[in-house]
Amino acid sequence: MTDPFSLTAMDIFRFATHIGLTHYLLLAALLFAIGLFGLLTRRGIIPALMCVELMLNAVNINLVAFNHYLPMPDHSGQLMAIFSIAVAAAEIAIGVALAFRVYRDRNTVNLDDLDHLKG
Amino acid sequence: MNDLLSLVHSLVNGGMDMAVEMGAPDLIQAGIFYALAGVAVLSALGVVLCRNVVHSALLLTASFIGVGCLYLYTAADFMGAVQFLVYGGAVAILIVMAIMLTRREDMAHSNPSRSLLHQAGAAIVAGGFLLTMALAALLSPFQEAPAALGDSVTGLADLMLTKYVLPFEVAAILLLVAMIGAIILAKGADEA
Repeated sequence: MTDPFSLTAMDIFRFATHIGLTHYLLLAALLFAIGLFGLLTRRGIIPALMCVELMLNAVNINLVAFNHYLPMPDHSGQLMAIFSIAVAAAEIAIGVALAFRVYRDRNTVNLDDLDHLKG
Repeated sequence: MNDLLSLVHSLVNGGMDMAVEMGAPDLIQAGIFYALAGVAVLSALGVVLCRNVVHSALLLTASFIGVGCLYLYTAADFMGAVQFLVYGGAVAILIVMAIMLTRREDMAHSNPSRSLLHQAGAAIVAGGFLLTMALAALLSPFQEAPAALGDSVTGLADLMLTKYVLPFEVAAILLLVAMIGAIILAKGADEA
């Protein structure tokens, strides 16, 4: 993209129909922003965990798209995404176990009720 | 009969050439991308906006599967398979299990939201983030040169067992530690 003020309708049409790296980055940013909004507005533990998963997933899209569209000698971008998925799997397992523990001990799944460290 | 066949043949070929000249392959590619991206984004919006947490979990799975199809479309077939197995399978099941274990009386309002003011603040933060990232993505000059990388399973296996063998082992230990930690957390330290 050159000067954003000298774009014609044809330029925009060409940009919209030629899928490239920018489209993937925009999609990932959109998914991450949706996850961020959810994380800030949801009050339950489990919906918050879901939103964290959405955000992690959005980051993986970036890694795969960079690997595909930039001149890379090997698949290391996809490998980073696989490590990220492994860490996300560990995170969701611990998160669910914590949510279950909190529910059994405090009988609530509301994040606002978990303020025992407030003093 | 042969004349008729050759006429049909030339018509089809001419049509294909014209479609290629008009950029039909690009249009089809773009259509597939937008359809998959639409599934991912709309289901993600549903996750955030649904009142019922079970619906949120279902839409989360739909979003993961949309992204997985996008990986297949980006020639990352192994990533697509991993996405389906780990996100569409394991993570989705874990979340549904967590919802069922921490059941509330009224499932229809099981996903409460914060006040309108709080939502507006969150929308400003998320919108600001989106605007910044979109500007960064649109204005950075990328040297796009998709290289033919070949079979992704072979490439990933070679990398995983040569250059990245240490992170691979560390990931294995991390998953083991997470599994033991999850069991101890869920059962309680004295019971486990």
